[in-house]
Amino acid sequence: MKVPVSWLSQHVDLPAGTGVEDLDAAFVRQGLEVEDVLRAPETTGPLVVGRVLEIEELTGFKKPIRYCRVDVGNPEAQGIVCGARNFAVGDLVVVALPGVVLPGDFAIAARETYGRVSDGMICSVRELGIGDDHEGILVLGTEGIEPGTPAAGVLGLDDVVFDLEVTTDRGYCMAIRGVAREVAAALGAPWQDPAAATPPAWSGEPAWAVEVEDPARCDRFSMIAMEGLDPAAPTPWWMRRRLTRCGVRSISLAVDVTNYVMLELGQPMHAFDRDAVRGPVVVRTARPGERVTTLDGADRALTDDDLLITDDTGPIGLAGVMGGATTEVSGSTTALLLEAAHWEPTGIGRGVRRHKLPSEAAKRFERGTDPDVTVVALARAAELLAEFGGARVVGGVVDVDARAPRPQIALATDRPQAVAGIPISPDTVVDALRTVGCTVEAEGAALTVTPPSWRPDLTDPADLVEEVVRAVGYDEIPGVLPTVPPGRGLTPAQRRRRSVGRALADAGYTEAPAYPFVGPAALTALGLPTEGLLTLRNPLSEQEPAMRPSLLPGLLATVARNLGRGQRDLAVFELGVVYTPGAVSAAPLPPVDRRPDDDVLAALLGAVPAQPWHVGVALTGLREPRGQWGPGRVADWADAVEAARTVADAAGVELVVRAGDRLPWHPGRCAELVVGDVVVGYAGELHPRVCAALELPARTCAMELDLDALPEKAVAQAPAISAFPPVRMDAALVVDAGVPEAGVRASLAGAAGQLLEDLQLFDVYTGASLGEGRKSLAYAFTFRAADRTLTGEQAREAFDAAVAAAAADHGAVLRA
Amino acid sequence: MSGANDPFDPKQVAALSPEALDAAVAEGLAAFAAAADLDALAAVRPAHLGDRGPVLLARRELGALPPAARKDAGQRVNAARVALTEAYDARLAVLSAERDERVLAEERVDVTLPSGRTRRGARHPLTTIQDRIADIFVGMGYEVAEGPELESEWLNFDALNTGPDHPARSLADTFFVAPEDSGLVLRTHTSPVQARTMLERTPPVYVVAPGRVFRTDELDATHTPVFHQVEGLAIDRGLTMAHLRGTLEALARALFGPESEIRWRPHFFPFTEPSAEFDVWFPEHRDGPQWVEWGGCGMVNPRVLTACGIDPEVYGGFAFGMGIERALQFRHGVSDMHDIVEGDVRFTSAFGVEQ
Repeated sequence: MKVPVSWLSQHVDLPAGTGVEDLDAAFVRQGLEVEDVLRAPETTGPLVVGRVLEIEELTGFKKPIRYCRVDVGNPEAQGIVCGARNFAVGDLVVVALPGVVLPGDFAIAARETYGRVSDGMICSVRELGIGDDHEGILVLGTEGIEPGTPAAGVLGLDDVVFDLEVTTDRGYCMAIRGVAREVAAALGAPWQDPAAATPPAWSGEPAWAVEVEDPARCDRFSMIAMEGLDPAAPTPWWMRRRLTRCGVRSISLAVDVTNYVMLELGQPMHAFDRDAVRGPVVVRTARPGERVTTLDGADRALTDDDLLITDDTGPIGLAGVMGGATTEVSGSTTALLLEAAHWEPTGIGRGVRRHKLPSEAAKRFERGTDPDVTVVALARAAELLAEFGGARVVGGVVDVDARAPRPQIALATDRPQAVAGIPISPDTVVDALRTVGCTVEAEGAALTVTPPSWRPDLTDPADLVEEVVRAVGYDEIPGVLPTVPPGRGLTPAQRRRRSVGRALADAGYTEAPAYPFVGPAALTALGLPTEGLLTLRNPLSEQEPAMRPSLLPGLLATVARNLGRGQRDLAVFELGVVYTPGAVSAAPLPPVDRRPDDDVLAALLGAVPAQPWHVGVALTGLREPRGQWGPGRVADWADAVEAARTVADAAGVELVVRAGDRLPWHPGRCAELVVGDVVVGYAGELHPRVCAALELPARTCAMELDLDALPEKAVAQAPAISAFPPVRMDAALVVDAGVPEAGVRASLAGAAGQLLEDLQLFDVYTGASLGEGRKSLAYAFTFRAADRTLTGEQAREAFDAAVAAAAADHGAVLRA
Repeated sequence: MSGANDPFDPKQVAALSPEALDAAVAEGLAAFAAAADLDALAAVRPAHLGDRGPVLLARRELGALPPAARKDAGQRVNAARVALTEAYDARLAVLSAERDERVLAEERVDVTLPSGRTRRGARHPLTTIQDRIADIFVGMGYEVAEGPELESEWLNFDALNTGPDHPARSLADTFFVAPEDSGLVLRTHTSPVQARTMLERTPPVYVVAPGRVFRTDELDATHTPVFHQVEGLAIDRGLTMAHLRGTLEALARALFGPESEIRWRPHFFPFTEPSAEFDVWFPEHRDGPQWVEWGGCGMVNPRVLTACGIDPEVYGGFAFGMGIERALQFRHGVSDMHDIVEGDVRFTSAFGVEQ
């Protein structure tokens, strides 16, 4: 809502010296967010009002040109050349005399043009920087201003406009009336309610037959008829100027007046061309197949939820949203039906969204208008149309009135202070509520409060508390820390996620959270299934309608984006949820007047699909940088497996790695990650086809595992630390190349028994000397006893048992 | 060799003569002095101080002397041995020092060479700021609550006093999960965690809920369809707006410095009443100290308590929520939202592992 200070100050007696900053603070204090403070761009120099005395038409040029003699308050008339034609002798215009600098550094000087000396310029609205209109020059009418008067004040160039954001509960602030009330309350200043006027008692039968079929959605429908409108009568300059400043385009006197009254009182109105309306006006919902063409020219299909204003011909308006084309006021309209109604807000909201028509009227109806001012607004419009358009009201007012009595709210006087936490006296409570317009009846500490007609948002005691605290001032409340009972700190799962993230970062991975949207193309490129994905009805991109079942598409896209920006060596990770594919069961929407019962709640919670936390990495390029120490090391499958180990270590679980085969990994370079008996993820080198499809470097590696599938970390038990010396022995075992090393190691460790303290694989060798298809695995054993110095024989016994087990299990042969 | 009982004849034990010993010492001293390095010194040592050296050989002859002469000769032999040993040790010390000085100088390296053999990683600032905020609240006694991102419509809207006709519940603002009757949305705020908390726990409740939320905005310099909030909720007896302000002040001071303050502007949210938006005073802002809009807050609407099974006559509470991206923007001077969401490692690396 744009609020010119000049208009506001017409209704509020602003204390002397009230500046823009004071108003700004007042708006903020009242909860009206100031989005912008708008000022007209600066004009300097002698800008004055002039009266056109003579017009000489110059011919022989490409376009008609006028040479004007203009009275600018000097004894001599000013000679000015002008290309516009929308003015006549006697008109008052705005003249920029030589020396004026208009917005945009447009300096005016006397100059010769079209064979005459032009001693200044007659200005258009756009040249003055106060609007977009450049159809012709600005005409200020014919009287009321002395030629030579400085124009800045007349034009309101020094006026300031506040652009306020009005929250959905404060519809009454979508008008000067409501804003004036708030500013007056904030500044403690007197003000005049423009809606306080009593409408004239129009005599005669109601001017038109009106029937409201759906009083639940229209509890008041008021209408008057006017005749004798001069269709050529222009909108007065000051009204056009105010409309412009409020962001409303001037169209015609009749339309401008309805908009002006809407801005002043908050009551949107509609003017019908009375001669185009056929028969009684009926307010009803749309019938099957009905359509309406609205004022914006759009032909709209209607649903049975659309509320219409109709006549014998069918729809003539989309109630509360936009009028219809067939009854639009035109350049020849002389008779009007003026309508002002009160519509049920949520129905208007549905219509706005259905038809994507956020009109100025709908914005107000959607927030809730004051049902008590419909007739006041009609009277105000009639007054303006009479004054500026010569129209007169004919017949009596139509007022279909089904307003319910306003609700009463019980409020204890000590409730506001109990909520605010500071003392607030009962008198302050009552005063505050009366200031916002409530009727308050007090009986001891019990108040019965009737909110004003323009505050449909005030329904609960809590709403009244807010009004009281707002009047006291939110910032009067000091800060006090509550006494919080002791908490239990982070949960194990929360600590685990932090540890995992930190461990990966410490291991050189950079966290890169991606949007969780995916499309079938990305999943297919990875060889992942696309069935059963959770999809959105309204995705941002039709290419990515689904919720990710895996972190990999996002991670690999991040890798590609970074590569595209010139990075070469990348190691990125993401820790985030994935959305488990599966059938969606409809989640119930129980009422909210009480807690849902346990069954409904279980159904509600159970309908939400599983969203486990996953962790994933992707890496390419050098894993270890090159430098003075060497050429660096290229990331390979083992780094991806190591990332899984890093995760498992941070999570405090034991990870078992097995050979796996699963897309998008290379079938020979895919590790299956197992914790306990559960496969929790995969790691390794990506399949060459995947790298090709995603245009990633060959041998890009990745890991993904399900963090939520990891068991909770067991409480660690302290080991016995032996101070006796170890015995170290090495063994090289030759096995078939296809034997997994992890199995050999498991056999060795299992058979070596209690004395084995450590077992390390330190070399893998293949060579002709071993024979085709054989490999040698070299292990270092460390044996140690807890309670004695181990002898060589005892260590040898355990060593032999280990080697024998490897031989039995895997055909391992001790290499000579 | 003379036996112990042989008759005394000093002339037979020439090795013990003062002349012979002096000569042996002189020879040894000369040899040690002539040794140019440790290896040379080690090479000449046996000839003078070894078991076969003249002094030790002479010492063996002491037994052949009669007791009267033995003491005198013994002192001479010892003196010779001490002289040689001292000379050797002194020479050894000199040569060792020379060696150390030379070798250590030779082994000098350029310690200013790059040492980064491992890559540096980083956590995303969205993560670390959320952790930091959670820690501040955990320090106050709060617990960290969580809820799903893909959430039931009832918990995201209805339970929070946002009825079916509320404008936010439209395809233009909220991502809805297919099919049309799924009753599921991508949560538009972290507030459903409030509702879950109230449904699951009994008061007193003090929780904070950081998390990812969704709205149908296109990505541009100031908007992203996927963003993060931190939500706080306290339900207890006797909680007031003063407690709310005190809590927000504590957060602001912990995150933005001890000079930080809170300013309230009345606002509207369906799930709180009274409601306010709040600004924080941020002294370290890169454009100079200023108020920065940060979040919304208010006293939990009694209707929300009722929907979640908490008696509003007994309990009250406050709730607040703020944008993490927003905090990142002003606390760290991030001017373009793209940088936060695109995963460019150059951006994230600047923030390190912890905030």
